[in-house]
Amino acid sequence: MDVIKLDTSAEFAAMADAYERSGGDPSVLKMADVSSLVVSGNKILSANQTEGVVLEKESTESGVYIMLTIKKGYTIPNPVHLCFGVLPKEGLQQINVTMIAEEDASVELIAHCTFPNSEHVVHKMDGKIIIHKNASLTYNETHFHGKKGGVEVIPQAKITIEEGGRYYTGFTLISGRVGLLDLDYEVDAGKDAICELNAKVYGKGDDKILIKEKVFLNGENARSVIKSRVAISDNAVAEFTGVTEGHAPYARGHVDCVEVVQGNAIAKAVPIVMVDDPLAKVTHEAAIGSVDKKQVDTLMARGLEENEAVDAIVKGMLK
Amino acid sequence: MGGVYILSVKNIKLKRDGKELLRGVDLEIGECEIHSVIGPNGAGKSTLAYLLMGIGGYSPKEGSVHFNEEDITQFTITQRAKRGITLAWQEPARFEGLTVYDYLSIGAGGTGKVSENTLRHALEMVDLSPDKYLHREVSEALSGGERKRIEMASILTMKPKLAILDEPDSGIDVVSLKEIVALIQDLKKNGSSVLVITHREEIAAASDKASLMCDGMIVKTGSPAEISDFFIKKCKPCDVETHDLKGD
Repeated sequence: MDVIKLDTSAEFAAMADAYERSGGDPSVLKMADVSSLVVSGNKILSANQTEGVVLEKESTESGVYIMLTIKKGYTIPNPVHLCFGVLPKEGLQQINVTMIAEEDASVELIAHCTFPNSEHVVHKMDGKIIIHKNASLTYNETHFHGKKGGVEVIPQAKITIEEGGRYYTGFTLISGRVGLLDLDYEVDAGKDAICELNAKVYGKGDDKILIKEKVFLNGENARSVIKSRVAISDNAVAEFTGVTEGHAPYARGHVDCVEVVQGNAIAKAVPIVMVDDPLAKVTHEAAIGSVDKKQVDTLMARGLEENEAVDAIVKGMLK
Repeated sequence: MGGVYILSVKNIKLKRDGKELLRGVDLEIGECEIHSVIGPNGAGKSTLAYLLMGIGGYSPKEGSVHFNEEDITQFTITQRAKRGITLAWQEPARFEGLTVYDYLSIGAGGTGKVSENTLRHALEMVDLSPDKYLHREVSEALSGGERKRIEMASILTMKPKLAILDEPDSGIDVVSLKEIVALIQDLKKNGSSVLVITHREEIAAASDKASLMCDGMIVKTGSPAEISDFFIKKCKPCDVETHDLKGD
């Protein structure tokens, strides 16, 4: 086990504060039995690895390179916490990350990305995730942005799930302004693999949201769900593309998208489903529109004002 | 009741999509009175319920609605709710992400306004286990019957002055029917007036008063026994062209 190197600088404190405001518990970043990594801009402020976790990291000119391996057969008892952020108003953070869950390993990763003061910040992630046979990896990423917008979030990831592997991911960006989100995830699911992709985003002002999630069910009995919940108001625009292709017998996939539109916002949903094996089945559903009137009426009949009712419904959907 | 009416509806007329749905409804409900409105499908019962709640698209073209002597004819849903009127829908809405706890709290005036014990008690009153249901979503994962019970629990926590219940008995079994009658009586004991739209004789019989509605009009108001007798003996078949009740 590595000795924890705590950076007690003001920058670490500021990151911890931003981490807390984004819903994280900063105390976990100091716990010896919790694997964690804190990166501000291209500076690695702290890192810790526990038994079964191998965390390689290196600062680069504009960000950080990370190689995270969960060793064969290990179930990591506590979630691994990752904290990324850019505290100045401007900056570029490029995360190049490879995550590997070796055979029969199991891990949950919780990532918080904070850009509380952003006016022009670009946050890019190029990810490669490999989930080996019968391994399980859960990756939940929550963003905390400031109120001014001015952030470009561009996460791209290629995920490979081998036989019997399980991958669950959640991307949440509902606090502060989105700015630009251009998310692009692609999953190759092998035999008996299970994959669930969830995205929840709330866009306001002139935010632009592009979500592309693709799942290729290449192995027999592979299963997947792509679930997207997007609310947009003002002049925001959102486009969701959910692709699921069934290429093997008994593969089952589903694409589920709901987009709630308020004000002058514009939403578009493109579910693309394809099957080339007669024993595979892929389904989809998409709903775009204003908040359901009956839901609003019901909450108003309990005493909420109309805007409060809409807010409660949208927050519920994005919870 | 001493002639004290909490709700007074006079000559309400409503037209939607070129069709006259309400043709001059008069209705009065006293304090702590259970008042049933019965009648055939399409008579305008649910339309009347929506109009009384102020649902969009159900504004009357004529007539007035007074609540506690205040003219609320043009009030919004929220304005009516804040004065103590609420509605339980025949088909309750589903809310993704909103838990039963959230939903009941909203009816009780907001999170933290009442204790969790109060919310748990409301669920027990509708025969739902609080441990099992309090933190579940009010979504499609719940059956229609479960959502109807949660709707009733929401009304109980809100403690309204006037609860409008639109067919609380639809799609439920006989055992549940007895529970609904008991819940309506509980509402009355706790100081609420109840306007209940129903097809069920058991609910009408438990009311203080009943009204028979046909083709957008209240045809007759009286004791439940009078209305039941009238309905059975004189109201079949109803001549909707002339509004004359054959045999009357």
